[in-house]
Amino acid sequence: MTTTVDPEVAQRDVAQNSAMERLIFERSKKGRRGYQLPDLDVPEQSLDTLLPASLRREEITDEVEVSEPDVIRHFTRLSKLNLSIDAGLYPLGSCTMKHNPRINEEIARTPGFAWSHPLQAEHQVQGNLELLWHLEQTMKEIFGLPRVTLQPVAGAHGELTGILMVHKALAKTGNARKYILIPDSAHGTNPASAAFAGYQIRELKSNSRGTVDLSTLEAAVTEDVAALMITVPNTLGVFESEIRAMADILHAKGAYLYCDGANLNSFVGVARPGDMGIDVIHSNLHKTFSTPHGGGGPGAGPVGVSESLVPFLPTPTIERREDGIYYCDFSHPDSIGRMRAFHGNFNVLVRALTYMRSMGPTGLRRIAQLAVLNANYIRARLKKHYHLPYDAPSLHEVVFSDKLQTPKDVHTLDIAKRLMDYGFHPPTIYFPLIVSGALMIEPTESEPKEELDAFCDAMIAIARETEERPELVRSAPHTTPVRRLDEARAARQPILRWKK
Amino acid sequence: MTLPDPTASSSSHRYISNAGEDIREMLDTIGVESIDRLFDTIPDKVKLKSLLDIPGPWSEIESRRWFRALAARNKTAADHASFLGGGAYAHYQPACVDQLLLRAEFLTAYTPYQPEVSQGTLQSIFEYQTHQCLLTGLDVANASLYDGSTALCEAVLLAERLTKGKTKVVLAKSIHPHYIQTVRTYIQNLGLEIVEVGWGADGRIDLDELRTATDGAFAVAVQSPNFLGVIEDYDAIVKATEGMTRISVIAEATSLGVLAPPGQHGFDICVGEGQAWGIAPQYGGPYVGFMVVRDALKRHMPGRLVGETVDVDGKRAYVLTLATREQHIRRGKATSNICTNQALIALAANMYLSLMGKEGLREVATQCLQKTAYLRSKLRQIKSVELPFDGPVYNEFVVRTPFPAETIMADLEHDKILGGIPLGTFYDGHANDFLVAVTELNTREQIDHFVASLTVAISRERR
Repeated sequence: MTTTVDPEVAQRDVAQNSAMERLIFERSKKGRRGYQLPDLDVPEQSLDTLLPASLRREEITDEVEVSEPDVIRHFTRLSKLNLSIDAGLYPLGSCTMKHNPRINEEIARTPGFAWSHPLQAEHQVQGNLELLWHLEQTMKEIFGLPRVTLQPVAGAHGELTGILMVHKALAKTGNARKYILIPDSAHGTNPASAAFAGYQIRELKSNSRGTVDLSTLEAAVTEDVAALMITVPNTLGVFESEIRAMADILHAKGAYLYCDGANLNSFVGVARPGDMGIDVIHSNLHKTFSTPHGGGGPGAGPVGVSESLVPFLPTPTIERREDGIYYCDFSHPDSIGRMRAFHGNFNVLVRALTYMRSMGPTGLRRIAQLAVLNANYIRARLKKHYHLPYDAPSLHEVVFSDKLQTPKDVHTLDIAKRLMDYGFHPPTIYFPLIVSGALMIEPTESEPKEELDAFCDAMIAIARETEERPELVRSAPHTTPVRRLDEARAARQPILRWKK
Repeated sequence: MTLPDPTASSSSHRYISNAGEDIREMLDTIGVESIDRLFDTIPDKVKLKSLLDIPGPWSEIESRRWFRALAARNKTAADHASFLGGGAYAHYQPACVDQLLLRAEFLTAYTPYQPEVSQGTLQSIFEYQTHQCLLTGLDVANASLYDGSTALCEAVLLAERLTKGKTKVVLAKSIHPHYIQTVRTYIQNLGLEIVEVGWGADGRIDLDELRTATDGAFAVAVQSPNFLGVIEDYDAIVKATEGMTRISVIAEATSLGVLAPPGQHGFDICVGEGQAWGIAPQYGGPYVGFMVVRDALKRHMPGRLVGETVDVDGKRAYVLTLATREQHIRRGKATSNICTNQALIALAANMYLSLMGKEGLREVATQCLQKTAYLRSKLRQIKSVELPFDGPVYNEFVVRTPFPAETIMADLEHDKILGGIPLGTFYDGHANDFLVAVTELNTREQIDHFVASLTVAISRERR
């Protein structure tokens, strides 16, 4: 079943509120207030005796004055301008937009967690330390690696942590080396993190399957190479079947194998990074382990390491004494140091462990199985309608291109925008860079068959519209709260704040 | 073989929709006979032959039981009078903030790459950026960073990009010790040198030492109120540090409700921790780092920025902008490797700042000032209690007794008081010092109880 959406007809939730909301600053009216504090219950002193005027400010000019109903209505209206995973398929490739269970939110708000302070004495926060210790044990088992640091607060932060450890381990042997090898299909954070850690980048060309040939790797691994940073499966969703041999090549030259674990969702519970010869891996807990993306954070990016990198983990590590008391261990003289104040994004970690317990060993394995099934179902349904630039078998995501549509002057961006008229968030577009006009689709295991079918129907309808009414696609979206934006103007004459 | 059959109804899981018949239909469409065949590209020798050895699957009932038991083992501000600060503060949280945060459209959306269906997130970030500018007196704020410590790292790296050849950065030793440690970690391979400058008798940065240390430096960073709770003299610092990027660090964000904004006192960059804007301490995270800079530095900023523009119909709208600085375009030459920010926490901050507004932000700050002054005046009356630094303070200060701080804290804990943070683990020679914070949540009764309990503790230790 494929139907064409009339451009004037609003679809699903997205367009129900097409009236834009004013800025909160534009709602402000002198004299309104949105708060009340208890009256001051200590003797009041004059401000001048407490603080010299030179250290004080005048009133906060132009800061808002609004009531509580103003605030609630404002943010409720703003929320209605967003698409979200709770409203429907959000197939951003590489982002793993899966169901976010609400029990995780409830547990994270338990007062004993929410009000615990990061600098409390260890005996006062045994519950937190025990939780962190259990999370590490669980992640060690998932990774098949001997230790995991929970400190990094995002995937890219985990990458930096991992590469700093590699650098320190090599420096300890007398030569930190110069280069990190990165395939041309990699996430942009990989080269950025490697450069931050003090390395230069050498790009590896991928082959016709989108993976890296062993001969390419072998030729590239010189004595100056510190590590290969590779995404498994890669950004085409294709598993590097030679991963063990790659590890052997690197290890023979004293180099490390870093795995970007962004795509762990495709093989969690099915295979383990440690068994593949991987030395370092970060996992985005907001992807595989369902902590909410929150419009772009917060997340967490724990990093697992092989035995040889354990001495270089960030401090502190969380340890358990024989008598069952938990403590922070700072005694790691070779540690790269602290990656962030306090204990990382603790309450993201609480959510992730709640999820891991909800899933258990059977559920985690089922995640990978159904995520891969769902992606391959989309691939099977759409491959007659969209060009598949790499036809190697893929796991949890599938990358199409706009090659069949470009003769009609319809491009990836147009297809993405037209999807919004059908009520779907678009896939990741123009990535990976090795595919011209890429449409990278990752449905995750959460989606029911009906939603996948509705999405495929919409994609097929757009392919047909491209043939019959290409201008309709080129001018999309038509039913969203705003239509295409003048992004060049935003960058050329940046307006980055409200001014009266 | 213990691996379950995914099509068996016993394999269903409440978070995963497809099961049984749907799975078989989908396999038919794909043209394979089993899910296992979809994993043929993973070599058998790295495939697991059994299930992972981890607990679960648990029902919600079991999860509640286990996690609540863990939480109950903590002693926290939820059931104690807390005077803990040191970069994480307990402030009033308006009820509607958390209710609004749980709206699925905010909670379960991602980075607003597609502006037509993400205006809610984008406009909120634009408003958040505006609040940051108003509060700090600087021109351009980004969409947020991980936290205060990493925000300082990014500020140092930004300042380094502005200079050619200089490698020295000067940090006040009274910046939060975790922030300094994090900067040291970040820059360890970048050929930069960190020089720390100590404090004088008043707890403020030592200006003579600062003048000497900053010779040839590309940047200087100070925190105010600093880790000892003392408010720095921005104007004096600016006078002592010509010709370099000046970075102000704010670890207690509510202080901006009453203290002079760094942007109006000669600072180029203000970074800090926004947790105090009504975010629960939650054992250190997630929090929200902020960065605000002079207009001239905006194209050197790390992280996301949201800008205003119009759509094809001329309607005002918001969009991620100046993306050419970012890792997905610049890759190895990006200004930063970060791609997410802390959007949800920045949203919470935006809601808090809007509700409190012009008057509320000032009232929170003045209540902190007044209550802190009250506690200090009471403590000054206890013999053998010393307030070692006489510089001006906001809501935090150092207390010294003749006894180890840990001992005193243990005594207070018996009276259900989390009395402070011992400083000995951060600074040598400060074993008897602890840091005490007071906010609008601390009642006079709690403060009086703290004073009484401390008095008893000291006389007990004396015996």
